[in-house]
Amino acid sequence: MKRAISLIFLCGTVCYAQQLSSTELINNAKEYDGKSVVYVGEVVGDVMVRGDFAWVNINDGENAIGIWLNKELAGEIKFTGNYQTKGDRLEITGVFQRNCIQHGGDMDIHAQGIRKISPGRVVSEELDTNKRNFVFILLMVLCLVFVFVRRQRSR
Amino acid sequence: MILKPQLQDIKNIGYYSGKIIIGMSLTMLVPMVVGLLFTEINPALDFLIATEIALIIGLILTKLCFTKKDLDWMQGMIVVSLSWLAAMLLAAIPLYLSGHWGSYLDACFEMMSGFTTTGLTLVQDLDHLSYAHNLWRHFTSFIGGQGIVIIALCFFVKGVSGAFKMYVGEARDERLLPNVIHTARFIWLINIVYLILGTLTLGIVGIANGMKPINAFFHGACVFMAAFSTAGFAPQSQNILYYHSLSFEVVTIIIMLLGAMNFNLHYRIWTGDRREMWKNIETRTLCITIMLTFLIVVIGLNQVGSYPRALIMFRKGFYQLASGHTTTGFMTIYARQFIDEWGNLALVGLICAMALGGCACSTAGGIKMLRLGVIAEALKQDVKRIILPERAIVEQRLHHLKEIFLEDKQVRAALLITVSYLVLYGIGTLAGMFYGYPFLDSLFESTSAAANAGLSCGITTPGMPAGLKLTYIVQMWSGRLEFMSVFTLIGFFVAAIKGK
Repeated sequence: MKRAISLIFLCGTVCYAQQLSSTELINNAKEYDGKSVVYVGEVVGDVMVRGDFAWVNINDGENAIGIWLNKELAGEIKFTGNYQTKGDRLEITGVFQRNCIQHGGDMDIHAQGIRKISPGRVVSEELDTNKRNFVFILLMVLCLVFVFVRRQRSR
Repeated sequence: MILKPQLQDIKNIGYYSGKIIIGMSLTMLVPMVVGLLFTEINPALDFLIATEIALIIGLILTKLCFTKKDLDWMQGMIVVSLSWLAAMLLAAIPLYLSGHWGSYLDACFEMMSGFTTTGLTLVQDLDHLSYAHNLWRHFTSFIGGQGIVIIALCFFVKGVSGAFKMYVGEARDERLLPNVIHTARFIWLINIVYLILGTLTLGIVGIANGMKPINAFFHGACVFMAAFSTAGFAPQSQNILYYHSLSFEVVTIIIMLLGAMNFNLHYRIWTGDRREMWKNIETRTLCITIMLTFLIVVIGLNQVGSYPRALIMFRKGFYQLASGHTTTGFMTIYARQFIDEWGNLALVGLICAMALGGCACSTAGGIKMLRLGVIAEALKQDVKRIILPERAIVEQRLHHLKEIFLEDKQVRAALLITVSYLVLYGIGTLAGMFYGYPFLDSLFESTSAAANAGLSCGITTPGMPAGLKLTYIVQMWSGRLEFMSVFTLIGFFVAAIKGK
């Protein structure tokens, strides 16, 4: 019975949660403190498991916000964003905390549910031929300068 | 009568600047190798291009201006101030080529911020920056913290007399060993030992906090370099908030405090003289100012009631305060929270802490504890003179590594530099207000730039006006070199135009 009530409550809060950007949350932190919000962005950096929970940082292109979520939910994350990887894009539904008491005053979101909007991928890096050619041209100039300097010194 | 600079002056300046540029170019090979190790080909090419350009310029300068003459004081000071500008321009090339900075000016801003150990940043999409570029940001703060010239002194400069003049021009005067070049090498040796220990500690803390080992040690090295150099760069866009870890915060506070301590004091502790730590006027002044400014911050935070519990207020308040006072610039809150949640009094406390800065002969910026201690001691003695009978002899003494009798010229020098800093903070504040920012925000950001602190209340963004970027670059540069080299350079140009 308790589970059913909490599920109904959760569904209710999720239904009424509004999608917000990181800038909106940071700039209006007082207004959204303790409220259910929906936040969408890319997972960046590491998934940091702490006991039964985990920290992930989600960047929506403006800022990144820390998400405190269940370890099982974190297990759904396959790609985290860095130079060579585009991280999974997630929709987080959770409670926004302006100065979280549980986490030493950090501004964070305690996730109640996550939904993968798009999976991440490895970004293949192609050689920039302009840069490569420029390296060779400069190398030739450098060799010429070096030879010129050495010849002058030997005289 | 002002004398026009001679050809020999220009040759000396060009030759030694060339040597420093060559030294600087070789440091770019470090991120290049890191780029290759992480199979980041294009970033590695960025660094190869920048190294080649710097080597070409350096070799041409040493060739055209070849001289065997040693530097005089004026030339030494000018070499230092010009070398810092040249280092900024050349080190910015790989950043600009990465595409993560909106313009070449933004990349220059980042590099001046790095070399001067400020930590203000204009990077875009930091969370997707390559390992090579990210390492370079932190490495520049490590190099800049010890002094760009020190690298050149270690490997390329033979003349001891000229070397000492450049060394002083970089706002350093510790001579741990009889020879300044040996001192420079010793400083690097100590720093490398600290780097290894700090990286290991932060790496282990990172792993314990759930990070992948490779990232934990990479972040450990970067964060150590930024903390010990009292720069405020971090590998991720959330700065230290990214880690969500009390242990990480405690370790970084310890490293920041170590970085803000006088290097002579480090040497004393290394050689077993631990009592100096408690007797030294700088450490005493630092303890007092930390307590006083923290008290202001706590009262201010309590007034606005942003933090619901005392422990949370202590954790957030003390971390930003320690970061500001040591002029590091690490943050565990978002920039906007300073304005929205800290209240005016807490902000003023933090601004005072940044303005005062760390100890002399450290990597910290700001007015410095030694100057503050000297001024306070002089004031105390003057008050004593008034109170005591006229015949009483007032002894003006302070303890800084040894017992020092305070002379008027020391007090004058301390006051002059203090006033220069205050003027610099004021100029930046005016510039901020000129561009339409509120007074307190402008004062905060200006003090942060000029004191090489790096905390931001949100003004420093890629979209801020170019004029303000230039103002902050000049503030960071003059603040780090403590004015003398910059004043000499201005004097040199005036002499070149007006001299006979």
